[in-house]
Amino acid sequence: MNNAGPLASPHTRQSSSVSAIMLQVWLALLPASLFGVWLYGWPALNLLLITTAAALAAEALGQRLAGRPIMPSLKDGSALLTGWILAMTLPPWAPWWVAVIGALFAIIIGKQVFGGLGQNLFNPAMLARVALLIAFPLELTTWVAPQPLFSANAPGFIDSLHITFVGVAPLVGGVDAISGATVLDGIKTELARGAELGVVLPDYYRAGDAMLGQMGGSLGETSALLLLLGGLYLIWRGHITWQIPAALLGTVALLATGFHLYDPLRFAHAGVHLLSGGLMLAAFFIATDPVGSPASRRGQLIFAAGIGALVYIIRTWGGFPEGVAFAVLLMNAATPLIDHYVRPRVYGRDPHGKPLDYQRGRFARRLKKQQGGE
Amino acid sequence: MKLFRFRGGVHPAEQKTTRQLPIRPLPLPTRLYLPLQMHIGAPAVPVVGVGDQVLKGQLLARAPSAVSAPVHASTSGVIEAIDEFTAPHPSGLPVRTIVLRSDGEDRWSESVVPIDPFRLSPTEIAQRVGEAGIVGMGGAAFPAAVKLQLGDRNRIHTLIINGGECEPYLTCDDRLMQERPEAVIDGVRLMLRALQCQRALIAVEANKPEAQQALRRACKELSEVQVIEVPSRYPMGSEKQMIQTVTGLEVPAGKLAAEIGVMVHNVATSYAVYQALRHGRPLISRIVTVSGGALREPTNLEVPLGTLVEELIKHCGGFKETPARQLLGGPMMGTALPHQQVPIVKGSNGVLALSAAETGLAPHAQPCIRCGRCAQACPIGLLPMELASRARHGKLDAALDLGLLDCIGCGSCSYTCPAAIPLTQYFNFAKGELARQREEQQKGERTRALAQARQLRLEREAEAKRLAAAKRKAEREAKKRAEAAAQQEKV
Repeated sequence: MNNAGPLASPHTRQSSSVSAIMLQVWLALLPASLFGVWLYGWPALNLLLITTAAALAAEALGQRLAGRPIMPSLKDGSALLTGWILAMTLPPWAPWWVAVIGALFAIIIGKQVFGGLGQNLFNPAMLARVALLIAFPLELTTWVAPQPLFSANAPGFIDSLHITFVGVAPLVGGVDAISGATVLDGIKTELARGAELGVVLPDYYRAGDAMLGQMGGSLGETSALLLLLGGLYLIWRGHITWQIPAALLGTVALLATGFHLYDPLRFAHAGVHLLSGGLMLAAFFIATDPVGSPASRRGQLIFAAGIGALVYIIRTWGGFPEGVAFAVLLMNAATPLIDHYVRPRVYGRDPHGKPLDYQRGRFARRLKKQQGGE
Repeated sequence: MKLFRFRGGVHPAEQKTTRQLPIRPLPLPTRLYLPLQMHIGAPAVPVVGVGDQVLKGQLLARAPSAVSAPVHASTSGVIEAIDEFTAPHPSGLPVRTIVLRSDGEDRWSESVVPIDPFRLSPTEIAQRVGEAGIVGMGGAAFPAAVKLQLGDRNRIHTLIINGGECEPYLTCDDRLMQERPEAVIDGVRLMLRALQCQRALIAVEANKPEAQQALRRACKELSEVQVIEVPSRYPMGSEKQMIQTVTGLEVPAGKLAAEIGVMVHNVATSYAVYQALRHGRPLISRIVTVSGGALREPTNLEVPLGTLVEELIKHCGGFKETPARQLLGGPMMGTALPHQQVPIVKGSNGVLALSAAETGLAPHAQPCIRCGRCAQACPIGLLPMELASRARHGKLDAALDLGLLDCIGCGSCSYTCPAAIPLTQYFNFAKGELARQREEQQKGERTRALAQARQLRLEREAEAKRLAAAKRKAEREAKKRAEAAAQQEKV
């Protein structure tokens, strides 16, 4: 008899695959990515393509060195997704070598060294982003003001190659064009200068722009709305759970609101926190990476709330204006611990794993009811 | 009635294409192969010899112990052999089997039928159920009488009759409920009497409205029997999940359902009880769904036990394409058949020939991405991916700690895994390995105990010898002294 796979039951399977899931996530990322490309022009597209290509090359290299088959792992789409997400968190006009080093670091150090797909402890894209931030702080904090494709100031295609492969400065009209600070950057600097938040905030933050993404920032992080839509799509299709985004965004919103009420002059309100930086991308696409997050729903709530709290702490009191990557990595490290302690209750057992004893509690009440022949 | 929800579960495509097809009898095959073990427990012991002429329903092999079940002749004929034959098990390993050649007359043996079985005592009912060779017909094949006798020790407040039939493709229980509802209900009442229980709930999945209707019509005069609709969700038909859905109670880990006053029997078992007590007919046939995309004419057949799968397939027009997998039972928990020369036994509810498209099986597993779909699907609340990684690396203690023995093997995790990891296979392996280790440990302990006993016995014997020797010596010396004293006196 011709048989595929093992003989144990079940003998049928839901039609789904790892690559199908990755494809869905990538599709959900597409609107925000395309918006980023439109907003920051051709150099952003270069960055996306180079990072992704380098990630795929690194995956192939890693699999080859480890003696594992190459094609199946390229086809599963995980390396493509890692490269894509990494690019989305980088400054849109970052030079090619930042993209390449980042992608190599993400795939080789972040994933292959651990044993490939599913084995890594940390989110590879976030690991690479942190490594780049520490190694190349200048390149990682050089932001551009939005210059949509085909608009007057936007660099042409040839110029974009120059920006990506040679450098930015001589090309574009003014230095201002490339030094448009992000919301979080601006606030942090102004507060350090002793300015009052209420006075300076309007210079940096306009709710409408922040929602749509019309502002300086990383390639794919600015449009909170498109990221939210992509994330909701993934929840609807069952590819991610609602627990992680809800707990992450909820915790940040709660902390921000609390501190804002306590001192509005020093602490930005929740809207600023939710709509700027990498929070939306992280909530729906990065923290939800199943590999580094807990298995149980309750565990996921703890994990995501932890990220949210750390993001707020780093943004508010830390040395960096943005803390998403650090927060994700720290909670990735806590995942095995969470998984160890937070498990679903097993059928027929109490939460401590002992067999149910029916002496008291809801089961005892139910038993009494049934015995009464209700 | 208020229902409760069990966690997890999956919704496999129902594929119940045969649910409108009436049950047809399968023409009597020339040879029947009756394994001596069609049930959980000790194998039956033959009471007939090769060459014996037997009648339909005659006892062929008796149950040697309480947890066992007798085997009866499915038709009249001659015992041709008692030999090893392939059993319905994925290993294809042989078990002792009685081969019966039909004489084509299908003549019943005389049997004693009580005028009114409701005048029998509960114990007598259970006894007759045991004598009729009735076992759990939902697939588990646990001797029904053993369960019915539990009514003595535990007060059973609810008898649940399982008409869930949550496995895709299978419609044999559905047809039985639609076509013979009165018989099913009668069997339920008899079981209530055996258990001295006042309430029976017949739970039928929502995808079988006709069956529900038929049963409701048949029991509308009865206050103690109630038909309830439960949601269609796999594994609703699993005993633990059924109990949880209907009563909100959970069977404590390692305990029997009877200990919380609940008992579950399958509708087909109930029908068999009716046959045994009303007509004195032992369990010698059952209804089997023959289906699958590779089969030409899917249908429901009433099949004499011991008929080879081959005959069923032939009767259904054979294959229209080469099946990717042939199964006994449903696609979620059934066993793959090594070939078609395997007999239908008491627990066989389906014969399926699935096409490659239907199985959707992947030849290779991909790496686990910890997506958690398995944990979401597990109706028990286990973490299958963690459990599988322990089982795979032979860390049995860790697997036990994660609840290996709580796993009911429903396969929801494997079904839902996007990486096509054979999780259930790993669990089966680990459970088997554990059983082997325990057996070995027990053997070791027995050996040690015997060795110890021998050592003690030897020591005891040596001690006794030493004492005896010392006693003899003391006597000798006493005698000597006495003689010496006597001599001295003489002197």
